[in-house]
Amino acid sequence: MESSLLTRTHILVVSQVLSSRPRKTFCKFILPFLSFTFFILPFSFAALGGDTNSVLADQARFQGTLQRTQMAAFQVHEIRFHNGASIVREYVSPAGQVFAVTWQGDSLPNMQQLLGSYFQQFADAVKQQAAGRPGRRPVTIVQPDFVVQMNGRVQSYSGKAYLPQIVPEGVPQEAIQ
Amino acid sequence: MKQLFVAVICVALALSFGCGGSSSKSQSSSTPPSTPTGPNVQSITVNEGPAGNYANGSFTSVTLCVPGTSTCQAISGILVDTGSVGLRILSSVLTLSLPQQTAPSGDPVAECLPFIATYTWGPVESADIQIAGESASSVPIQVLSDTAIPVASDCTAFGLQSADTLQNLGANGILGIGMFPQDCAGCSTSSSYDIYYQCPSSTACQPIVEPLGSQVQNPVSVFANDNNGVLIEFPAVSQPEATLSGYLVFGIGTESNNSLGSAGIYTLNSNASITTQFQGQSYSESFIDSGSNGIYFLDSGSTGIPECSDATYFYCPSSTQNLSATNLGSNGTSAAINFSVANADTLFSEDPADAVFGQLAGPNPGSFDWGLPFFYGRNVYVAIANKSTPQGVGPYWAY
Repeated sequence: MESSLLTRTHILVVSQVLSSRPRKTFCKFILPFLSFTFFILPFSFAALGGDTNSVLADQARFQGTLQRTQMAAFQVHEIRFHNGASIVREYVSPAGQVFAVTWQGDSLPNMQQLLGSYFQQFADAVKQQAAGRPGRRPVTIVQPDFVVQMNGRVQSYSGKAYLPQIVPEGVPQEAIQ
Repeated sequence: MKQLFVAVICVALALSFGCGGSSSKSQSSSTPPSTPTGPNVQSITVNEGPAGNYANGSFTSVTLCVPGTSTCQAISGILVDTGSVGLRILSSVLTLSLPQQTAPSGDPVAECLPFIATYTWGPVESADIQIAGESASSVPIQVLSDTAIPVASDCTAFGLQSADTLQNLGANGILGIGMFPQDCAGCSTSSSYDIYYQCPSSTACQPIVEPLGSQVQNPVSVFANDNNGVLIEFPAVSQPEATLSGYLVFGIGTESNNSLGSAGIYTLNSNASITTQFQGQSYSESFIDSGSNGIYFLDSGSTGIPECSDATYFYCPSSTQNLSATNLGSNGTSAAINFSVANADTLFSEDPADAVFGQLAGPNPGSFDWGLPFFYGRNVYVAIANKSTPQGVGPYWAY
């Protein structure tokens, strides 16, 4: 699965580059960079806490369209997939780090992909909450370095995860949507 | 002679209009005074459920049969859930051997359905379903088992807890009777939902596209009759109780016992939700769900109500809070709702046998999830998408 993901990501980067740059520039400057991304991607597979390469990996995994919006204190990378029925937004700090992710729509995204190195922390906390009294309820995980809110229902999911310690200064939690 | 005939017809018509008028008037209250009866009425009960520890779970029984045969099994302790779609049964309680669905590849089909904290995993099989006097043939259902087919890696990648055991689910199964006919409309064109899988015996399961007709179906939408939605009726409660009896009535406006009467209809917004207004703010991702076991809304920061220290998913105010919110449908219908939030620790500590808690609530940042306590003392209708009702085409909620 990882090899097909890399191939898709690679093609995506190549196609974006080829359509926007002269061929000479591509060969001289971009090609070496591509080799770099090819080898580095397996290690920057994560999204939350990862760098912007990981956003491209997410775009490839979700087979979505990517749109970037520059805000005052951060950048939002919005991936739309399932014909726009699902949206993942990744919030990138000026330092280039993904400090928050949100999801909304008709599917729950692959959380292993989206939460990266925080996935196991997430899975452990969910299992701990689910082990309480049975009964369906939203999930809120509040840890010093990692916060998750999951709501919604089957066919209409929403949620957010963020890293309080690297949220840029002055960005309120409500700005992460 | 002809004039007499016309006169008789006129009198008959006038009388029948009179009958219709009086009959609809007698049902105009949204809380019918009498017990609903008929082949479309199924008893449901809020109790501790088959695991003995469920709070605010409404349970019923269904009968499954091997398709086209009289080999059947009645299974009780099935959670009545308007927040999902499809019948799901724990493999540990199923004694029937049901036909396995296969993909075009010939491999067995399995499903991974993420709920909120949990997922259900297991093969898609087909069964004849009987509930009350309603029935449907060869309906795809999900049989919950982590071992019949090993869980796909794309399913565990959701990071959720398996609900495939009695201990985790708290029920023998889920009767999903929400507002859609199938459980994953988008899965009919894309495999990237990671919900349906083909599972070869030799290699790992792979996500597949699953045609709508092969998907796990809302049993109501495939009933021969009364298939446009459901009505759930529960009496009001004021104190914690051990049990509460209610009714699941199939169909909306299809029989004398399921007319909408004066119930307000709330159509959905672009989030497939309604808006709940609370203390001057609007929350446009709110919904009504019998399968949520409390009223889950906002958070401590915005409500000022503290979470319980031992279970942060419930509220624990020092004294019961009486609150009011307003639900708003996309069609402009709105009405106020009064609700109360009691201390969950206190509710649970009064009598271990209690399972009905009208004042159980917890946080749900950014929206309102009107769970089972909302249904106590109300008649709540759930209209299925693209099905006609006397008050318009679903989906909508009404109460």
